Amino acid sequence: MSDLTSTDAAELGRLLTAGEVTAVEVTRAYLDRIAAEDDALGAYLHVDGEAALRTAEQVDAARAGGTATGPLAGIPLALKDVVVTEGVPTTSGSKILEGWRPPYDATLAARLKNAGTVLLGKTNMDEFAMGSSTENSAYRVTRNPWDHDRIPGGSSGGSSAAVAGGLAPWAIGTDTGGSIRQPAAVTGLVGHKPTYGSVSRYGLIAFSSSLDQAGPMTRTVLDAALLHEAIAGHDPLDSTSIDSPVPVLAEAARRGAEGDLAGLRVGVVTELGGDGHTDGYDEGVLARFAETVALLESLGAEVRPVSCPAFDLALPAYYLIAPSEASSNLARFDGVRYGLRVGDDGDRDLDEVMALTREQGFGPEVKRRIILGTYALSSGYYDAYYGQAQKVRTLITRDFTRAWDDVDVLVSPTSPTVAWEVGARVDDPIAMYAADLCTLPASLAGVPAISVPCGLSEGLPVGFQIMAPALADDRCYKVAAALEAAQDAARGSRFLDQLAARPAGSAA
Amino acid sequence: MSTPSRKDRLTRDEVAHLAHLARLAVTDEELDLFAGQLGAVLDAVAQVGRADVADVPPTTHAVPMTNVFREDVARPSLPRDAVLAGAPAAEDGRIRVPRILGEGA
Repeated sequence: MSDLTSTDAAELGRLLTAGEVTAVEVTRAYLDRIAAEDDALGAYLHVDGEAALRTAEQVDAARAGGTATGPLAGIPLALKDVVVTEGVPTTSGSKILEGWRPPYDATLAARLKNAGTVLLGKTNMDEFAMGSSTENSAYRVTRNPWDHDRIPGGSSGGSSAAVAGGLAPWAIGTDTGGSIRQPAAVTGLVGHKPTYGSVSRYGLIAFSSSLDQAGPMTRTVLDAALLHEAIAGHDPLDSTSIDSPVPVLAEAARRGAEGDLAGLRVGVVTELGGDGHTDGYDEGVLARFAETVALLESLGAEVRPVSCPAFDLALPAYYLIAPSEASSNLARFDGVRYGLRVGDDGDRDLDEVMALTREQGFGPEVKRRIILGTYALSSGYYDAYYGQAQKVRTLITRDFTRAWDDVDVLVSPTSPTVAWEVGARVDDPIAMYAADLCTLPASLAGVPAISVPCGLSEGLPVGFQIMAPALADDRCYKVAAALEAAQDAARGSRFLDQLAARPAGSAA
Repeated sequence: MSTPSRKDRLTRDEVAHLAHLARLAVTDEELDLFAGQLGAVLDAVAQVGRADVADVPPTTHAVPMTNVFREDVARPSLPRDAVLAGAPAAEDGRIRVPRILGEGA
């Protein structure tokens, strides 16, 4: 038996269905690795091994008894701690929710539970998903499995570290401005942000409601497609949920892996690392990106540069819109109905208790964004900041719409740099925000975007981003699978096998 | 719309006022830190003012938003005990809250 914790999820599903392994065996293999390695890695905020093994036993019993079980039954899974899970502690990385056990499941958690997946635990994250390094977690530092002195990306950094480090076969992340794609890129994973509205937000602790989407973080493109299909689809409990059939994604990934991209029109976004827009980008990232564009051409794609001038303003627009929505969303943490309450001594009134609770319960980045959002929404500044940012959002969407007249997908690096050292940007919010430069346009326009590994720079993973029109997520998977297959064939191994081949926690 | 002309950074007093509006009892140290950091962030985000947006409508949502209705039928709520178990303080089957009105109100 090869090592179960390096087997991709699709293969695990096949082994489980064929009866070659049991869900208990797979689950125990992961729990053993979590016990041995998560003190150093810091990927999880909560692990309940007993509950996981109980679920696994039920799946094994059902399978042995001939009860119909789905293709995902028995495959372990990690959920970002922003996903509400019934009876399982959920903090969103914040002290204000420490110890809270939600009374219900998020729609995606319920769907994955019903599919028979085994919840290993909840993964670390930047507090309320605000950050690009997971250092804004109120609980612990998460390290990059490729180099323990470096960040795993964020805000879904616990999920990226868990999957890249072999402590989960796959995981769910959420992406508001890049929080699936950037951590996937810097840890060598596949990460996909679905079309806005195609995965239910019911039960995701809201950060910026017009941008938040949940999606898969996995070792392979096919795994991402399978996990995405399992969580997608209309949900009456989310009023922004799109009422259309679940997209066919795994089939797109399989077709893509055949490697024929003849006729595919690819646009390389000038404003994201192209001529005159290379400030802040690592040379190694740009080199891997250029090689991967050439690889697309060799697979038959027609490549041309595409200019999207409004993308230059995506970062300022995002850092007005997201904090504004956050300042409103986070008003629900008032110390009344759930979570922390501070200073309730019978003497202080509600206003004082609320201010003390929020002061103690929120970390610095959350406070900064609440204050910024409050400012951007305040009378006298609304038009110049929030209103203007929403108009820029329209311009960004128009740039995409214009591009789709000429190309099928747009591509760029996923993030301007490889993973940086822990601590390097914590005191400089602007430098931290720059990590999202390439991922923000797709977020603001609501279009799907995937990050797929495209090589190493300085011994660290680099991500390649593929963006597609709304509801054309299948194009992201098809192109990503073609790249993955071509690179795997040239390398003679999977991308993450390079990590397994070297000493733990040290960059080459 | 032109770039907001804020050569002056967010003052400490402005940050204190915004924190109060947002119900954050920030400390003096935080006021010093945030005033500087938020000034830098504000300079960066003010670049949205560079865009020519004459006649450009705002986008509030990436997908078209329409009112969503459902049948007006009663559905089960969460069990009361399950909800109260997550509340910071409960009494007599209800969430207990700090007093809302001052003595003089």
